[in-house]
Amino acid sequence: MTAVGRNVTRKDGAAKTSGAARYIDDLTFPGMLHGMTVRSTVPCGRIRRIHRRFVEEHFTIVGAGDIPGRNVIALIEDDQPCLAQFVVLHMAEPILLIAHESRDALLAAHVEIEYDRDEPVFDPLASTTVLKSLGIAKGDAEAAMASADVIVEGEYRTGHQEHVYIENNGVIAVPENGGVTIYGSLQCPFYVQKAMRVLLALPDEKIRIVQTETGGGFGGKEEYPSILAGHAALLALKSGRPVKMIYDRTEDMIATTKRHPSICRHRTGVMKDGRIVAMDIEVVLDGGAYVTLSPVVLSRGAIHAAGPYRCENTRIAGRAMMTNTPPNGAFRGFGAPQTQFAMEVHMDRIAETLGLDPVRFREMNALRPGDTTSTGQLMDDDCSALEVLKRAVERSGFEEKRKTYAGTNKGIGIALFYHGSGFTGSGEVHLASKASLELTASGVRILVGSTEIGQGTRTMHAQIVADALGIPYEQVDVAQPDTHAVPDSGPTVASRTCMVVGRILERCAEEMRERIGSSAPGDYFREHGPVLITKEYEKPTDVTWDDATYRGDAYATFGWGCDVVEIEMDPDSYEVRPIRVTAVQDIGKAIHPLLVAGQIEGGTAQGIGWALLEQVVMRDGVMANAQLTNYIIPTTLDTPRMDVVIVENPSRHGPYGAKGVGEMPIDGPAPAVVNAIRMLGLDVRDIPAIPERMMEAACASR
Amino acid sequence: MRFTLNGAERDITAQPMSRLLDVLREEFGLTGAKEGCGEGECGACTVLVNGDPVCACLVPVAQIADTSVETIEGLGGTHRLQRGFAAHGGAQCGICTPGMIMAAVALSENPTLEEIRHGLAGNLCRCTGYEAIYRSILLADEPA
Repeated sequence: MTAVGRNVTRKDGAAKTSGAARYIDDLTFPGMLHGMTVRSTVPCGRIRRIHRRFVEEHFTIVGAGDIPGRNVIALIEDDQPCLAQFVVLHMAEPILLIAHESRDALLAAHVEIEYDRDEPVFDPLASTTVLKSLGIAKGDAEAAMASADVIVEGEYRTGHQEHVYIENNGVIAVPENGGVTIYGSLQCPFYVQKAMRVLLALPDEKIRIVQTETGGGFGGKEEYPSILAGHAALLALKSGRPVKMIYDRTEDMIATTKRHPSICRHRTGVMKDGRIVAMDIEVVLDGGAYVTLSPVVLSRGAIHAAGPYRCENTRIAGRAMMTNTPPNGAFRGFGAPQTQFAMEVHMDRIAETLGLDPVRFREMNALRPGDTTSTGQLMDDDCSALEVLKRAVERSGFEEKRKTYAGTNKGIGIALFYHGSGFTGSGEVHLASKASLELTASGVRILVGSTEIGQGTRTMHAQIVADALGIPYEQVDVAQPDTHAVPDSGPTVASRTCMVVGRILERCAEEMRERIGSSAPGDYFREHGPVLITKEYEKPTDVTWDDATYRGDAYATFGWGCDVVEIEMDPDSYEVRPIRVTAVQDIGKAIHPLLVAGQIEGGTAQGIGWALLEQVVMRDGVMANAQLTNYIIPTTLDTPRMDVVIVENPSRHGPYGAKGVGEMPIDGPAPAVVNAIRMLGLDVRDIPAIPERMMEAACASR
Repeated sequence: MRFTLNGAERDITAQPMSRLLDVLREEFGLTGAKEGCGEGECGACTVLVNGDPVCACLVPVAQIADTSVETIEGLGGTHRLQRGFAAHGGAQCGICTPGMIMAAVALSENPTLEEIRHGLAGNLCRCTGYEAIYRSILLADEPA
């Protein structure tokens, strides 16, 4: 029986349900110390003096001067120090590291730091430091705007969002073999290795990164673990002992990355019949204090800013601005949820201005095969905007409910969206990802750097290999990601693990089958010994992209989605409760339908939380509500029932037609929620739509 | 101090104000209960004390004297809910799973959806949106 398309048993199901699965905080090593980070308490300033107010005997202390290599976290730009030495640019910036055998002794070690404070900048629109800017141009937006019947303008804002993986960030660094082995909760072991190479001035053979079972990531363990790993490694190398560093929830919330807040401004030229003829879009992201991943978040955000719509004249200008807050970073969707929130709320406002039905208006302008996106990418036959729209409208009873909810405290809203699969532009070419497959006595083993963070990587990869090789799923084993044992398959991000890495594995399996003929893998192994096949990413010849002009195929393909959200507002408290979500999403091929539904349901719930509940309160440049008591994510009682429909319109780029699924589900819920609120006569353009903001909108509408 | 842990009588000497969670994880090596927040909000450390679900991060160990404590390890790995969570997608990243299963064990027999939603309201999951968890409990005895 084939494995692809079936709900085979998760490879990690038994370990995770029995309590046997070992996460980083479940591990200890002989002689292990605990590490702690001393952080800045001003948002911007110069360090004048550091007072260590504790007896230093039996403590290991590390400052910037102890760094053997360069004091940077190597990622895109080398601007972020591992430990601040003279200047601090944000609150909770790491300055000093301390380790001790006893956690109690560590907590009692008091350090006082004197600063000369400088004036911080918190408003990205007031900032004069541009971390990255870019422009996308198609046709002549200005001329087309002048020819439009109506121009609709609007500004839309989204706030920070905290990942709230239930397992906080944590690592253990173990000094061994003249170098260091780092075990940790992380998404991208090779990112950590790259950063350690620079920080520790060690060759790769002395830096080993091992991913332990990881309790959620959502982008929050993409780039941040490189900082934490660096801290633990410095303490371990100085003390000569293993060092464990596990953040508690408050430290994780104040110090680690969040979703970039955004401000999007739209000017759209439309004809009276509803045709969009010109779009002028400005995207501003709050990058925080250092560059980190902001350039690529901005890039994906800007490319998705015009939504899944046809428009011959489009201008998109994006910039990521520096502010004196902890750097914002990767979070599921990577800029696209922010810009598509703005686009989809704006679409409803245009429809309202023209007196058009929001579904008809979207239908008229949605991308179809043969159309081009803002970067000029030609839509292939797997462009499903119209299909997901139609099915979501029918399935949810949208038209009928719009009538029955009118004049009540209930509302129904819709959002149409798309999401590029894999790295943006030439990203996949630069990554040059590799995957390997080796024979074992009982079948084959997958060797990839891709990490299992809950989404089902192990299971899905094993299904692809099993079918491509024609062996039972149970005979496919998956190695633990360990930089000394697996090839660099690129980071586990960007909805690329199935489509891109899965495709490389499929090619490995096909070649393995050629090598071993009709033999069973185990038999071949016993007769002929080990066989290892390694393959590298191959760029499809008809996918072209120009980094300089932002023209071409931004992604090999896109997934397509349409969400319908029904809400009810309490007229006394202005609290909005989501009642039901219908999520229709084309992901090419569901390798494992249950895992795919899990991605859609989980991403949708995060999107609902972002829309209605999750408010990061920043005070003096740091999160003031850094606890689960007052940063609220959806519980069972806050999460609506979800009706998920998986559409399979295959792409020729992915294994068995699969496209990306991980990120797309978070693109749609927030604008659909706000469009449902609009039905109640409330013009909300900022999220989260907490009761205070709802009341402001109500007062403004009087 | 004596108490029953997963069916066996145990005797320990611990600081009375030590958190039950630390005692379970560090003294007994039972690392199934996880710390997600340390303040009783996330439920990842849920264990049963005399059959009731509690957050082990909030319980001083002195309070469990002469009680019966059950952790995920006590279910043995083949409990119908453990099989249900593995089969129906209730476990994704798995970090909330032990606590979630223990909270589900404390539900009434054949719970309704509404009973499940109320019974699990103290357990946060960031991966599933809870739908797969409902399926795991409602369809525990059925194949995926």
